[in-house]
Amino acid sequence: MRVLKCADTGVLVEVADLAQVIALGAALEADPLPGVTDVVPAARTVLLRLEPGTDPAGVAAAVTGIPLSAEISQSAGETVTIPVHYDGEDLDDIAGLTGLSPREVVRAHTSATWTVAFCGFAPGFGYMVGDDPRLHVPRRGEARTRVPQGSVALAGEFTGVYPRSSPGGWQLLGRTDAVIWDLDRNPPGLLRPGVRVRFEEVA
Amino acid sequence: MGEAFPGRGDRTVTALEVLATGPMTTVQDTGRFGHAALGVGRSGAADPDSYALANRLLANPLGAAALETTLGGLRVRAHGAVTVAVTGAEAPVWVNGRGAAVNEVLHLPDGAELALGAPARGLRSYLAVRGGVAVPPVLGSRSTDVLAGLGPAVPRAGDVLPVGPAPSTFPHLDHVPVRAVGGGRVELRVELGPREDWFTERALEALLSGDYEVTSRSDRVGARLAGPTLERAREGELPSEGMVAGALQVPPGGEPVLFLADHPVTGGYPVVAVVRSADLPKAAQARPGTRIRFVLWPGV
Repeated sequence: MRVLKCADTGVLVEVADLAQVIALGAALEADPLPGVTDVVPAARTVLLRLEPGTDPAGVAAAVTGIPLSAEISQSAGETVTIPVHYDGEDLDDIAGLTGLSPREVVRAHTSATWTVAFCGFAPGFGYMVGDDPRLHVPRRGEARTRVPQGSVALAGEFTGVYPRSSPGGWQLLGRTDAVIWDLDRNPPGLLRPGVRVRFEEVA
Repeated sequence: MGEAFPGRGDRTVTALEVLATGPMTTVQDTGRFGHAALGVGRSGAADPDSYALANRLLANPLGAAALETTLGGLRVRAHGAVTVAVTGAEAPVWVNGRGAAVNEVLHLPDGAELALGAPARGLRSYLAVRGGVAVPPVLGSRSTDVLAGLGPAVPRAGDVLPVGPAPSTFPHLDHVPVRAVGGGRVELRVELGPREDWFTERALEALLSGDYEVTSRSDRVGARLAGPTLERAREGELPSEGMVAGALQVPPGGEPVLFLADHPVTGGYPVVAVVRSADLPKAAQARPGTRIRFVLWPGV
């Protein structure tokens, strides 16, 4: 664990891997540190945003003492199922990049269990990690200016669902009608850190 | 929001009718807290000091929503008698065509029209109303996050914004003397990191000795800067990580972006330095063309 300062407004905690990110995020949610207004888990880091006047050194010392279990907690999350039409524009490219056939890509995506590691990019956009490394593909060389709402996509070690249409550089696998972000729902995001996800193919 | 508002005809219900918005007007408060794990940023008034001052003048509780307007041009009409204050960039103020002052308690009788001209310096002015702008909050805040597309609809001409009940306490002062915000040149104190090791020594020297200019491609998300490009000491991609307001994020082109209130929750480019929170209001008031010098804090 390495703790880096963001001037007087934040403390960025660098950990070994995503499992530690999830563990630290869960620990900070269960037992919040004084002076921390927001916790932002990401791929290899957890950012703690500070209330004005909070001493970053004190927060850094407190966070260093938190033990991190290497296991992703199995008790935490609910599981949600997301129905997907696997007709994405990049399905053939993904097949090429993975060395699988398009059908094998779909089978791998629907067979894997995904866990939301963190959110970002847009409200409700969950970065989900799976248990099948064959599906790791790079981002597209150039981002699309508009990715339609509900697009199911892959990039790096993650899969994600675009909560609303936006620019985006991920490889498009398919689309879902599931409502990922709904302000009339509490909480509004379907994909919150710790939630486990299964994708199901629909015709 | 629309033509009608609840309690029309009831003299106890007050509102502000938007007649013109200027280049950009949004409703802002102190922002959203505790939703970052859902990918929701803080947003809130870009210049928190001027925003807080406007509420203090009116004895509003901190957190009452106000209008943030960019480069003036805002015009509103009072529905019912309201008490307001304008702070931030010193825009000329007129009430029913007569000159009024900023940083002052202003009483608008029913039907009065308040107009802001273009400020000579600074970028963002705040119009607060006693009782606060009472549009419905979204996830606990009345701030519009322009990047996330979250929060109340951006006000447009013809909208009628409800005003909340006046607080039980009264203003103590009619006027506060404050130093004018904005200017042609500002110094912002920064601390290096969290990713200064992604940059060469020369890049760090350039950051702290060069002049940067705020470009017109700036908004509530960030001030895009033109100036010395910052050379990286290493190749590769940084995994996405959480961002703070004040972060100087450096995209591959090498010119930093100074993140403001609506910055993304996470970002994939390294942050070379972060502006101290006390200087964020100055950063938010730097209009395009302003020259910025970054000064290492606490010095060497």
